[in-house]
Amino acid sequence: MSSVEERVRKIVVEQLGAKEEDVTPEASFVDDLGADSLDTVELVMALEEEFETEIPDEDAEKITTVQQAIDYVNAHLG
Amino acid sequence: MLLEGEIALVTGASRGIGRAIALELAAQGAAVAGTATTEAGAAGIGEALSAAGGRGLGLVLDVADQASIDAALARIGAELGAPTILVNNAGITRDNLLMRMKDEEWASVIETNLTSIYRLSKACLRAMLKARKGRIVNIASVVGLSGNGGQANYAAAKAGMLGFSKSLAREVGSRGITVNCVAPGFIDTDMTRALGEPEREALLAGIPLGRLGRAEEIAAAVAFLVSPAAGYITGETLSVNGGMHMA
Repeated sequence: MSSVEERVRKIVVEQLGAKEEDVTPEASFVDDLGADSLDTVELVMALEEEFETEIPDEDAEKITTVQQAIDYVNAHLG
Repeated sequence: MLLEGEIALVTGASRGIGRAIALELAAQGAAVAGTATTEAGAAGIGEALSAAGGRGLGLVLDVADQASIDAALARIGAELGAPTILVNNAGITRDNLLMRMKDEEWASVIETNLTSIYRLSKACLRAMLKARKGRIVNIASVVGLSGNGGQANYAAAKAGMLGFSKSLAREVGSRGITVNCVAPGFIDTDMTRALGEPEREALLAGIPLGRLGRAEEIAAAVAFLVSPAAGYITGETLSVNGGMHMA
């Protein structure tokens, strides 16, 4: 099983059509990876499915970078 | 079969316009989930669909109740798959002059006719976003465009639908999802049969085509908007009213 970080990065690459090398931990979905607001909603949907969890809207709004997504999953899984 | 492989959810499908829409979409090849507020209504939809040789099911749904929406969508998802077409047709009237209107008459019409499309659209969008396609058609009313004395609540809800549809059309257009309204005029249904003869005569005088519309004529407009032929139409309101109101 790949690590949380790998799985998150894979989803970001797929959802945003970003280049793998651009998906660094500090990359911002909107500012660095070109996501629009609907992209960020879909990204959260994809994270919810990948990690079989529900991310409340108030938490989802705070996930704006790759690292924040990884941290969120690590903090709320298992 | 234009709608082969599509899964349509039609609310308020036991009678009138909703029933005609459900049968038309089924005739075009879609699997149709038609909803009613009662078990008897739901059973009737299932029977009508199978009698017409269509695929689908009838089920109970209270569009004003989120738990009921969640349960209905879970069942549709399990039996037919996630809807690719949503037709928000369910609606009620509680007519009264504004000065006599009760809070309950206002609130129930807004809840059932307007808040329901917010809830149902939200519930169906997740799968549509993932699929990168979807069609939402909201059944508005000529009254939402022209206004009508005694129907401030109904007209407000129907006009609200138009603004909602245009906004959602902008939000999800990039994902291949269209959102449109059909605005019926006076259609020959139980809702309009309740009118007295003098009111009916007065109404007909204001309709250039000189007759009430048929529910099938609304269904045909909906079938067009959900068909591949209407792929470039979004945020639009299609009036089907015999000319009684021209925008």
